[in-house]
Amino acid sequence: MLAEKYGDRIEAAFAKYPDKRSAVMPLLYIAQEEYGWVSPEAIEEVAGLCEMDPTQVKSIAGFYTMYSEKPKGKYWLHVCTDLPCALKGADEFYQELKDYLGVDEGGTTEDGMFTVEHVMCLAACDKAPMLQCNFHYVENLDMEKIKQKIDEWRAAAKKDE
Amino acid sequence: MEHILLRARDIPNIHKFDVYKAHGGYDALKAAVKMKPDEVIDEVKASGLRGRGGAGFPTGVKWSFIPKNEPVKYVAVNADESETGTFKDREIMETNPHQLIEGAMICAYAIQATAVYIYLRGEFWDIAHELDKCIAEAQKEGFIGDNVLGTGWDCPMYTHLGAGAYICGEESALLESLEGKLGQPRVRPPFPAQKGGGLYGEATVVNNVETLTNVPWIINNGADKFKAIGTEESAGTKIFCVSGHVQKPGNYELPMGTTFRELLYDHAGGPPDGREFKGILPSGGSGPIVPATDEVLDTPLSYEDMQKIGTILGSASVIVMDDTVDMTWVASKVTKFFKHESCGKCTPCREGTYWLDKVIDRILAGEGKPSDIQLIDNVAKNMAGVTLCALGDFAANPIIHTIKNFPDDFNQHVQPAE
Ligand SMILES: Cc1cc2nc3c(=O)[nH]c(=O)nc-3n(C[C@H](O)[C@H](O)[C@H](O)COP(=O)(O)O)c2cc1C
Ligand code: SF4
Ligand code: FES
Repeated sequence: MLAEKYGDRIEAAFAKYPDKRSAVMPLLYIAQEEYGWVSPEAIEEVAGLCEMDPTQVKSIAGFYTMYSEKPKGKYWLHVCTDLPCALKGADEFYQELKDYLGVDEGGTTEDGMFTVEHVMCLAACDKAPMLQCNFHYVENLDMEKIKQKIDEWRAAAKKDE
Repeated sequence: MEHILLRARDIPNIHKFDVYKAHGGYDALKAAVKMKPDEVIDEVKASGLRGRGGAGFPTGVKWSFIPKNEPVKYVAVNADESETGTFKDREIMETNPHQLIEGAMICAYAIQATAVYIYLRGEFWDIAHELDKCIAEAQKEGFIGDNVLGTGWDCPMYTHLGAGAYICGEESALLESLEGKLGQPRVRPPFPAQKGGGLYGEATVVNNVETLTNVPWIINNGADKFKAIGTEESAGTKIFCVSGHVQKPGNYELPMGTTFRELLYDHAGGPPDGREFKGILPSGGSGPIVPATDEVLDTPLSYEDMQKIGTILGSASVIVMDDTVDMTWVASKVTKFFKHESCGKCTPCREGTYWLDKVIDRILAGEGKPSDIQLIDNVAKNMAGVTLCALGDFAANPIIHTIKNFPDDFNQHVQPAE
């Protein structure tokens, strides 16, 4: 249960706003962190906490692209292929990355480690090609550098187990 | 000239509270709370500062719209920064966060706000957590929170993370999102500054990060000194985000009125070796594209001069294309952005962006007819001006202006008419 495990963070979120509903976005992030995605159970829990209708919470989760309503890999790789990055070779970079990992757009590697998607501008256009891994910036990339990062992430995941 | 905003380039580690304070940090807030709120507003008005989020609205005038007698009022800082090609607010928050916090508190004092919310795009996750720490430091020293600097005025400051939706940068959608609703624009009036139109129905100032970060400098140095920088109608400096085909992409803070030529050659190092500039998007994906002619290159970057060449200064995210680029492909990229980001609330925008994307794809695939170019031009022209928010106009721009300025790039893809 989120309320028990994340009591402090949930209280801190509620304390920011004059009404409970405003905490729905921070709480959805907490739920996603706990379950790895925004599952139907997560939606029920968040709705209960924010005193909202579950269908309302579900529509919020669906509207915002950073919430995932399906399970994904351990690492979410969001590659920017918007215009400025594309002028610096981001489309080719993204294709090579997909080929290297053996996945298509939106796909997850067989070992459940990486889900790759292309995204719109991430405010890092002067450091293209770039991506975010679980919403942290990884910039000024080429294939050699990203292969090294992928090895590091795989190793970190092994350690976690 | 020393930077007003990107001060980390002159003063290392100014992101740290102690370093910021050692260089005059929070002196402007101390000075402001000794003034009457209206005097602060008048100073900002006199400086000529205009909104850096895109629309260029005079900042002091916006603050003066806030009703005086309401018990609850808010400041919402727009740190959504999602316009294609824009990466200036990020650098401000990463390298000079306390100046933003101080500017937001001066704004809050001037309108006697009861709380400040900083709305950051969700991808600024790490930045938000660093900002939280900065806010806590400033609060400990009495610059934020209860009884600010002993004045008896209470004003907490909070960060709020969005979750991936460009439209939440539009001010009324931003407020909806903060309230825990779908981030879709509201019907106006009432406007955010009015009772009934702002956050939780209370009068609210929405200002961009860069806008507010100018404010401490204005209080410290005086409106006249700020107004002396830049041009007649565009005071101060501006951060230009240069991306695409230049030798040195990056942020450049320069006086308003700097020409494209100075920006792109002297600062950004010119085009890649052996190439020439072909087209420029001065305001990311949302403003009209211009060809890189001598006339354009010699145009000063200011609100008034950009208008003269048929485009806008906007957020000053300058995306540069060299002579290897097919402008139909550029129009397609930008159209895909707006199709993806349309919030779906109004039909002309939702359906229009869908059709524009579909037909451009067809043209790019070599399956288009000359009449297809006419078709998308018409669809785009019918979208402009009829939607609930400006995204509808933004989405029409890449089509209308690329066809107008680079007709050959479109014509090469279609079979000539029989
Ligand atoms: C579709 C759309 C997206 C916008 N995105 C942003 C944004 O990311 N950041 C921003 O500061 N302003 C953005 N704006 C402008 C805001 O609506 C608003 O004008 C601005 O925050 C006001 O602050 P300013 O007066 O300091 O510029 C956007 C406007 C529209 C129509
Ligand atoms: S113009 Fe587009 S983005 Fe703006 S409210 Fe209408 S549908 Fe939404
Ligand atoms: S276009 Fe990729 S970060 Fe801006």
